[in-house]
Amino acid sequence: MPNSTTYRLSFLVLILLLLVCFFANISLGSVSIPFKDTFNSLMGSPTEKESWQHIVINYRFPKAITAIIVGSGLGISGLLMQTLFRNPLAGPFVLGISSGASLGVALVILGSSIFGGVFAALFISKWGIVIAASLGSFLVLLAVLAVSIKVRDTMAILIIGLMFASITAAIVSVLSYFGSAEQLQQYIFWGFGSLGNLSWEDLLILSAIYIVGILLSIISIKSLNSLLLGENYAKSLGLEIKKSRLLIIIATSLLAGTITAFTGPIAFIGLAIPHITRQVFNTANHKILLPAVFLFGAIVMLVCDSIAQLPSSDFTLPINAITALVGAPVVIWLLTRKRKMVF
Amino acid sequence: MANNQQHIILKTENLSVGYTSKKGKQVIASNINIELKQGELVGLIGANGIGKSTLLRTITNVQNPLNGSILLNQKDIHSYNSFDLAKKLSLVLTEPVASKNLSVFELVALGRQPYTNWIGNLSNTDLNQVENALKQTNIEDLKHKKCYELSDGQLQKVMIARALAQDTDLIVLDEPTTHLDMYHKAYILKLLQKLAKDTGKAILFSSHEIDLAIQLCDTLIVMTKNNVFSGQPCQLIEAKVFENLFPKDLIAFDEKTGTFRVKK
Repeated sequence: MPNSTTYRLSFLVLILLLLVCFFANISLGSVSIPFKDTFNSLMGSPTEKESWQHIVINYRFPKAITAIIVGSGLGISGLLMQTLFRNPLAGPFVLGISSGASLGVALVILGSSIFGGVFAALFISKWGIVIAASLGSFLVLLAVLAVSIKVRDTMAILIIGLMFASITAAIVSVLSYFGSAEQLQQYIFWGFGSLGNLSWEDLLILSAIYIVGILLSIISIKSLNSLLLGENYAKSLGLEIKKSRLLIIIATSLLAGTITAFTGPIAFIGLAIPHITRQVFNTANHKILLPAVFLFGAIVMLVCDSIAQLPSSDFTLPINAITALVGAPVVIWLLTRKRKMVF
Repeated sequence: MANNQQHIILKTENLSVGYTSKKGKQVIASNINIELKQGELVGLIGANGIGKSTLLRTITNVQNPLNGSILLNQKDIHSYNSFDLAKKLSLVLTEPVASKNLSVFELVALGRQPYTNWIGNLSNTDLNQVENALKQTNIEDLKHKKCYELSDGQLQKVMIARALAQDTDLIVLDEPTTHLDMYHKAYILKLLQKLAKDTGKAILFSSHEIDLAIQLCDTLIVMTKNNVFSGQPCQLIEAKVFENLFPKDLIAFDEKTGTFRVKK
């Protein structure tokens, strides 16, 4: 029986790989810092140059933590969506959840001139953006779910997700027409996606909400497994379907919404990571898939970020471009294989 | 009859089934009084659209009855909470499982969900029950296969094994023989008969295989336009219940063989 003990070795290898990628990610950057000094600054020991310690502690370390949170969070929300919507192509980006978050952020950044005054000042804070993004993704997810209950066809659900994405994109366009140049620039930069803009304080907010999202996902493991049979079977196994569905949706919108708020929309991670994971872990059991997706997501994101900052050069590529370059071919490869995509 | 001494698992009293809409109640069948006893295989037959599925949905608490009551182990079915009901009643539906990526073992083990802890860990009792269910349905060799590798007949056995693993007094199957060839139809129904006898569970299934059901079931529930009959197959044949099952222009029931024949 393929139980958790059989996968112990795979998990061990992944954890080691994660540690390697984590340290590699921290040691690489525009300023070259010897590995020994990188390690020393993390441990709080003195380094050769004081600026090195500053770079590692206040820039690279939070960025690597962010990469882990973003990769694992988006991967897990993709896994949750694929099971909930019984659709291997579901993911925070495909279903329009990221667009919902973008809409929330656009309303806050661009719409502040429309709302004006005290209201704007209240909203423009980091918390305002986080709340708006989570709310935006939550609302889009609810809308997609409401439609998906009426329309049972899984292909239709994807198209509806794309339609929601176009609607939100249209509203964003209208808003940007009224926004000032400065606000527009702020929004466009946010849209490129970036892992490096987070202060320790931002990171604290992000990780607090991330942990809530992960905990909600963990308590949903049992219901996710019974949902693999379909909703009617899940009900016959005693599952309270409405409550479980709501928990899964809240978990997803907290994870995808908050991450998108802080780092911008990051494509393909949510869709591709669960499928990459299933290539190694040949199981449908979420008790194994969830931690495996966590590790894979974190590793892939750290690697993507290391590529994006182009080691030993001053350029930083938009992270969104890198994840799409990695993720899109993976999806195409999965679709063209003989066996259909499964979840 | 010896049957009377057996424990009654499910009993309906003056049950009416149908739908409530804005226009009012739409009764599909009424005055249904049936009893399902321990160790009994019960077939539910009737023409298309007569309300077999509606009756099954009502008995399994998926939809509410219009009138009357359903007693499961002498207790009203609506007084059970969802987890307690899942320990008394398991289902095999016509819909395919959502994820074909499940292995046979994983799928059957999901039947243990009402008994497992918050994260779904299988205890030794759970593992034993799963192994037993696999053994009773002769699918031990399929254990590690994925659902997308199985034929329809194999998949149906797996779904029955899952219901067995759920360890309930009553198993209800909605048309378990559709999409199967003649051999597998007989195989599945024969298997259900054996399981009812060996495990002492009551097994209720709906089917269009009237001749097989007549041969294998302990009790038949026959739904016709105006009445719902229930009794032993031979009693129902004597009472000429099957004659009125379908419109009479095309096929006729042959009492001697217990089958329908096309009119020449």
